[in-house]
Amino acid sequence: MSALDSLYQQIILEHAKTRTGADLPNEKLQGLHLPAGVGQCHQLNPVCGDEITLRVETAASGPGDASTVSGMHWAGDGCSISMASASILCELAVGLEVQAVHALIGNFREVMRSRGKLEADEEILGDAAALSGVSKFPARVKCAMLAWVAAEDALNQTS
Amino acid sequence: MTVTSHHAKSPTPGEPLTDADVLRIRNDFPILDQQVNGKPLVYLDSGATSQKPISVMEAEQEFYEQRNSAVHRGAHTLAVAATDVFEDARATVAAFIGAQDNELIWTANATAGLNLLAYSFGNASIGEVAPEARAFAVGPGDEVLVTEMEHHANLIPWQELCRRTGAALKFIPVMDDGTLDMEAAASLFTQRTKVFSFTHVSNVTGVINPVVELTRMAHDVGALVVLDACQSAPHLVLDVKALDVDFAVFSGHKMLAPTGIGAVYGRAGLLDAMPPFMTGGSMITTVTMEKAGYLPAPQRFEAGTQAISQAAALAAAVNYLTETGMERIHQWESMLGQRMVAGLDAIPGIRVLGPPAGIARAGLAAFEVDGVHAHDVGQYLDAAGIAVRVGHHCAQPLHRRLGLSASTRASAYLYNTTAEVDAFLAAVAGVRPYFGITGA
Repeated sequence: MSALDSLYQQIILEHAKTRTGADLPNEKLQGLHLPAGVGQCHQLNPVCGDEITLRVETAASGPGDASTVSGMHWAGDGCSISMASASILCELAVGLEVQAVHALIGNFREVMRSRGKLEADEEILGDAAALSGVSKFPARVKCAMLAWVAAEDALNQTS
Repeated sequence: MTVTSHHAKSPTPGEPLTDADVLRIRNDFPILDQQVNGKPLVYLDSGATSQKPISVMEAEQEFYEQRNSAVHRGAHTLAVAATDVFEDARATVAAFIGAQDNELIWTANATAGLNLLAYSFGNASIGEVAPEARAFAVGPGDEVLVTEMEHHANLIPWQELCRRTGAALKFIPVMDDGTLDMEAAASLFTQRTKVFSFTHVSNVTGVINPVVELTRMAHDVGALVVLDACQSAPHLVLDVKALDVDFAVFSGHKMLAPTGIGAVYGRAGLLDAMPPFMTGGSMITTVTMEKAGYLPAPQRFEAGTQAISQAAALAAAVNYLTETGMERIHQWESMLGQRMVAGLDAIPGIRVLGPPAGIARAGLAAFEVDGVHAHDVGQYLDAAGIAVRVGHHCAQPLHRRLGLSASTRASAYLYNTTAEVDAFLAAVAGVRPYFGITGA
């Protein structure tokens, strides 16, 4: 597989088109007066103009129970890597405990920053493992991380 | 400067450049002869920064090997030799744009030049000001006029000047074809307009603005005219006197010279009346603990030790361009620009920004690929060895006006061949199929 093909795997191109979770309505983009348990973050890559606003909803089934991510919605504009990455994150994160999502983000960041040295564990990262080719293209790591950085910040607002 | 033996035989003066001439020119640019991702490098990002010929690199090296010293101070032989190199370089670069030696100030680049002007005007606007400096002052009720197509470097310094002084920032809007709305322009020039700063050539659309007409409109209302010549000085005959502008700025690194050197042209008389921006050593007459007197231009604006070897190298770059012939370079690049636009128009799903084929433009083309983000286009082209710029090219407002957030830009220079443009076009034709996008 050429370096280009490893970057643009079919699964990534498909996610870039289907865009799971890309349903944050316009009127919610500002994220004012968020209810408890909801966080929202806007991220912009000024170099290329990639942009995302991502909202995360969390819920606990009872007092003392761990919070889980009950919903993740976003609106964005950008390259196929950034859009696919947001779509993949939504599919992975919804239903997981908040702490598990934090761990997932940490794992993904480590792979992205490895300059191609770390193999992504498909057991942990699922479809996001297909993004590991990005780590060989330092200029594109920010594209892949955009949604994940937004999710991390949004999650921090909920705790 | 010695004439370098590496410089290929100049193409026949007067005759238009041909691909054979360009192939000889390429011998002077060693960086172009390399493979990128297993493909011959096709460098189409000269609008961002140009490559450098051997003669330019040698000029810088020769300065350090034989003449390095501080300029305009010290009486020893090397100091005199270095000062000669520095001032000869100024004379060469000034002559290149039709200016006198004392009308050319060295700066780091065009961004530094535009900030120098905006801050000097700001210094004329606040505090105690010499009577002759009042011509540069702006304040509440005054307007600074720019255009919607400006590079951020010719927008933000003026936003900041207005913020500091209370003047208002206005802009001439851009039409759908990338040209300025001249009808709107006519009503925007008023007695309130104190400064009009605009680009000669758009770095996104390649539009070449009607400088003489715009300058006359500005002068009719008494405004100072600043020309951003970043994308024109490297590519066409630039004569600041014929254009009648009051100031002009450009960057060396876009015109075969190293980074760290550029220039501000200022009409004789204006510069000596304008308050300095950077102050310190080398720009003063008498200094007491209370105050200082300032030298006339250009030293007035050249505080601190200057980029001397880079100035020498910029002069070598100007000599290289002059030997090749600016009119011929402009013709060659115009041909390449038209070839790009015609070729891109023939590819389904491509929208070229700016003037349509057949209408004058610089040797560049920015375009949108339907269904594929510019960043992905650039990545695909890079895999084919083709270097282009992707993003907003430091012109977010213009992109917004044209209805997009990013585009892909190919920009040519005197060392690009028609075969390279064709290789670029062939690669662009492969983009949408690769990303699985179909239809026109």
